[in-house]
Amino acid sequence: MVTLAELCIVACSEAFRGNGEVIATGVGPVPRLAASLAKLTHSPELMMTDGEAYLVEDPVPLGPRGYDDRKAAGHLPFSRFFDSAVWTGRRHAMVTPTQIDRFGQINLSQLGGTHKHPKTQMLGVRGFPGNTIYHPNSFFFPAHGPRVFVEGEVDMVSGVGYNPAKRIAGGNYTGVDLRLIVTNLCVMDFGGRGNAVRVVSLHPGVTFDEVQAATGFALEKGELAETAMPTDEQLAIINRLDPHNIRGSVIKDNPPAKRSAA
Amino acid sequence: MLDKRMTPAEIVGELRDGMTLGIGGWGPRRKPMALVREILRSDLKDLTIAAYGGADVGMLCAAGKVKKLVFAFVSLDAIPLEPWFRKAREAGQIEVLEVDEGMFQWGLKAAAFGLPFLPTRVGLGTDLAELGDLKTVQSPYEGGETLIAMPALKLDAALLHVNRSDWRGNVQLFGADVYYDEWFAKAAAKTYVSCEELVDKMEDHYPEQAQANVFERCFVSGVVEIAGGAHPSSMPPLYGPDMKAFKAYADSAREPGNWAKVSDRFVGADEASYLASIGGKEAVMQTPLAIY
Repeated sequence: MVTLAELCIVACSEAFRGNGEVIATGVGPVPRLAASLAKLTHSPELMMTDGEAYLVEDPVPLGPRGYDDRKAAGHLPFSRFFDSAVWTGRRHAMVTPTQIDRFGQINLSQLGGTHKHPKTQMLGVRGFPGNTIYHPNSFFFPAHGPRVFVEGEVDMVSGVGYNPAKRIAGGNYTGVDLRLIVTNLCVMDFGGRGNAVRVVSLHPGVTFDEVQAATGFALEKGELAETAMPTDEQLAIINRLDPHNIRGSVIKDNPPAKRSAA
Repeated sequence: MLDKRMTPAEIVGELRDGMTLGIGGWGPRRKPMALVREILRSDLKDLTIAAYGGADVGMLCAAGKVKKLVFAFVSLDAIPLEPWFRKAREAGQIEVLEVDEGMFQWGLKAAAFGLPFLPTRVGLGTDLAELGDLKTVQSPYEGGETLIAMPALKLDAALLHVNRSDWRGNVQLFGADVYYDEWFAKAAAKTYVSCEELVDKMEDHYPEQAQANVFERCFVSGVVEIAGGAHPSSMPPLYGPDMKAFKAYADSAREPGNWAKVSDRFVGADEASYLASIGGKEAVMQTPLAIY
């Protein structure tokens, strides 16, 4: 049975379609499988690493494998990552922040309290400030809910969004380019009025009202379609790239793609 | 020629309370952990630490050595959230300057070149500028773009772990990625390197690998051979991260009591007894490389 995770992988892979020769970075199992699937199907021009420092033309599978199984076609270490990928805009990253708000501002740093004394410390901003001002970004959330899609603004703005009040006057924000949001319920983009978040497709059996109820801010309604099911070819590639079925642990209870099949 | 060999205790003896220290490597990779352990055995305090943080930052925070931390993340990769760092943060125990990963290396480069700052777009539109009191500058050229002025991250000393060195400080760095060790070395008034292998004259031993001389010896003040000195972090191509050791370290943060209760296990009375406690350097060398 096709799983919801597999449907999400295919939906996420669409974010990388036609991006050109850029580094496709998927952080986490679903985004990474999505970037790899995109490269192996509709967008072979994409570039990607083995997750460490080598560029590979054949995406590496998830999980345990021989260290030298990956065949390096090039080299892109962190020591050159800002020069070569981020600050030159030659990258599209798909990540999973802890929070996102109606402006597309994201948070990976801390929750609650103050900056000096946070209630919950997370990773830190990592590369989010640079990623979001220089190159396209998309997002995947395995558990769509109001704690992720927050009312108001995120607790700590770690990535640039479309919030005019947050933009220091005179700065160059032309690189800010938020693309797709894929969740366990739907696919959204920033194509609403003033870059508002807009639902563009619903996963099989999901209603717009359900998505709205799980979101802390008002959503716009696009030309709603049903999210496409994976094809047999896509499923075969996903299987090969994830031989240990790590994708099965991403969404709670690993539900099927079609709710009626439950 | 200048003989730069020192003992770990001599290196730490050069450091002073209140200093700003840069620590090379990245998360749980290529960390000069033996030198960090030597600091943990010392009375040093009130340090400002600048690092792409892993257990080095977690341990120094846990031990109360850190007054201020300059960071973009602190993580152990497979254990994403560094538990001792979290504890210190959630206790409101340390001052911080939080920056983006790219801004961090930009700050090291500003320091390396003796500049007060380097301009960048990174940080605009986020909370970083306000929280870190980062100033802006306006381009004097056409367009007059407003940019963040990333201040120089001037280091009193940098600590690095490298693959090889000779006694003059001719280093060689290997592995898939050497991260920003070069810029820590250049941003620091003094750089101290521990190495897996110390040779007398590099040119007599490994001249064919001179391209691995990622930074030149004028940026090296002291050298010490400590095989396995990155443990529990990784040191490619020799050994990977010891995830069993990291897990024990992470689990210990949930035990009742504080760092003093558990530090013996992760620091040891001296480096020899620490290494013995984890099965010796042979065990370190057998730790497989990480698969990402």
